[in-house]
Amino acid sequence: MQFGILINEGPYNHQASDSAYLFARNAIEKGHTVPRVFFYHDGVNNSTRMGEPPQDDRNVTTRWSKLAEEHGIDLVVCVAAALRRGIKDELLAPGFRISGLGQLVEMGIQYDRLVTFGD
Amino acid sequence: MSDMDMEDDGSGIVKKFMFLNRKAPHGTVYALEGLEVVLITAAFDQDVSLVFTDDGVYQLMKGIDTKGIEVKDFSKTYRALDGYDIEKLYVDQSSLDARGLTEDDLIVDVTVLSDDEMKNLMDEQDVVISF
Repeated sequence: MQFGILINEGPYNHQASDSAYLFARNAIEKGHTVPRVFFYHDGVNNSTRMGEPPQDDRNVTTRWSKLAEEHGIDLVVCVAAALRRGIKDELLAPGFRISGLGQLVEMGIQYDRLVTFGD
Repeated sequence: MSDMDMEDDGSGIVKKFMFLNRKAPHGTVYALEGLEVVLITAAFDQDVSLVFTDDGVYQLMKGIDTKGIEVKDFSKTYRALDGYDIEKLYVDQSSLDARGLTEDDLIVDVTVLSDDEMKNLMDEQDVVISF
């Protein structure tokens, strides 16, 4: 099954991105595919490579970059939400790209399921 | 609006999208940014339904005035939705009742549904996005 994932909350403050990551990783392990993850609202804050969490904590952004590289996941950050919050191309971690909301709508149209993580 | 009408993912597929608006219009950004997704989805010629439930019913309240909190008042957008061919607006009776509201308190025409009717409407959808 093809899963699209929508993340609506920023990292560390909220568990949404962690839960989405675990969902995506496990879905892929079970033979499903996750072609794209879309970051909206404060979820766009997951995309910046400027974050430096303590050594003994997970790095939410790096985890997404690694999973995306391993499994060809398209990590899309909403342009309007990103601009509002100061997220620019030059700040993006590997695997992330900035694009429009149409990419989110496409996930709903094309994939079997669209799963939202957030409040 | 003409630019948005050109949106097309090339598949020609039309799915039933339901947007579940659950939060008050102000205090968080969900309602404002959620509306953007609704408009884009309509521009992709999808079958869009909007539901206002829980504190989301406050998004449609008459007499919203944001001057005092110095944020944008986007409530006009709800009245312009029919211009985007978004005509399926639903509110659940229990959310109105719990807040002492009636249809007369709302700025747009909506269909008021019972919990069972809402459940059936949700069952019919292909995609449910909740803000």
